[in-house]
Amino acid sequence: MSLLDIIFGVISLVAIASAISVVNQRDIFRAALFLVVSFLAVAALFVLLNAEFLAVVQVLVYVGAVSILIIFAIMLTSNVQTGSTSHGFSPLILILVAALTALIVSTAISTDWNTWDSKGFEVSPGGTEEDLSNTEQGIKNVFSNTTVVISTLIMTRFVLPMEVVSVVLLAAVIGALALVRDTEVES
Amino acid sequence: MSLIHFQILSAAMFSIGLYGVLARRNALLVLLSIEIMLNAVNINLVAFSSYAESAQEVGQIIAIFIITVAAAEVGLAMAIILRLFRDRSSVDLDDIDLMKW
Repeated sequence: MSLLDIIFGVISLVAIASAISVVNQRDIFRAALFLVVSFLAVAALFVLLNAEFLAVVQVLVYVGAVSILIIFAIMLTSNVQTGSTSHGFSPLILILVAALTALIVSTAISTDWNTWDSKGFEVSPGGTEEDLSNTEQGIKNVFSNTTVVISTLIMTRFVLPMEVVSVVLLAAVIGALALVRDTEVES
Repeated sequence: MSLIHFQILSAAMFSIGLYGVLARRNALLVLLSIEIMLNAVNINLVAFSSYAESAQEVGQIIAIFIITVAAAEVGLAMAIILRLFRDRSSVDLDDIDLMKW
């Protein structure tokens, strides 16, 4: 068991525990704060997976923007003091969800994924042991320049989805403005 | 720490989010649960892009697109919830029967 395994265990424990608190919390505001903890844990997981750019995006978009938006909506709509009612502890839903988890996990275990470690390479994301002994090469491999690759791919192979997504964002902005506008003002 | 651990973590988080969507009544809490599910999907995609033999960065790019669409979705959902609260002064999903007949 290496240090990376321990770090992964701690982070995933934090992520799952805060996610459970989100769905079990009566107080919506506290649920939103636990959601921020969960987002941060997911960003740490991205760093573990050598996706530094995505980790920064996660912190900027989710922790910075989405959580603030959610907290604003909580302040504007619901009565924070009364909390929210749930359907209570429903065994049917719990059984359904547990069955789904078992299905996904058993499928993932029984499938022969075409990965590096299944081919007998001793590779963890972040370079091999040899790389770590050779300092200069090791630094290059551990901090692989994913940002350059991602931006190149977005501007070449994925240029059409990028344009479509920008149109989606524009439509979302216009739709949100049209929804919250007072209808009495225009008449 | 191998691919299967990330898959199990992702499955667990997705199921927690699904439980929240099915069991909670407040529209805002359902929205938070959907965010948890989207995050679980992102973990899965990034883990595959880091461990899979081919297509190394493609999973990360798809994760970026998911984050973008999720941000747009949150903005729109907030607008709808605010509108509903203004019209009916409730965000309880059981009260929202506008499209039922």
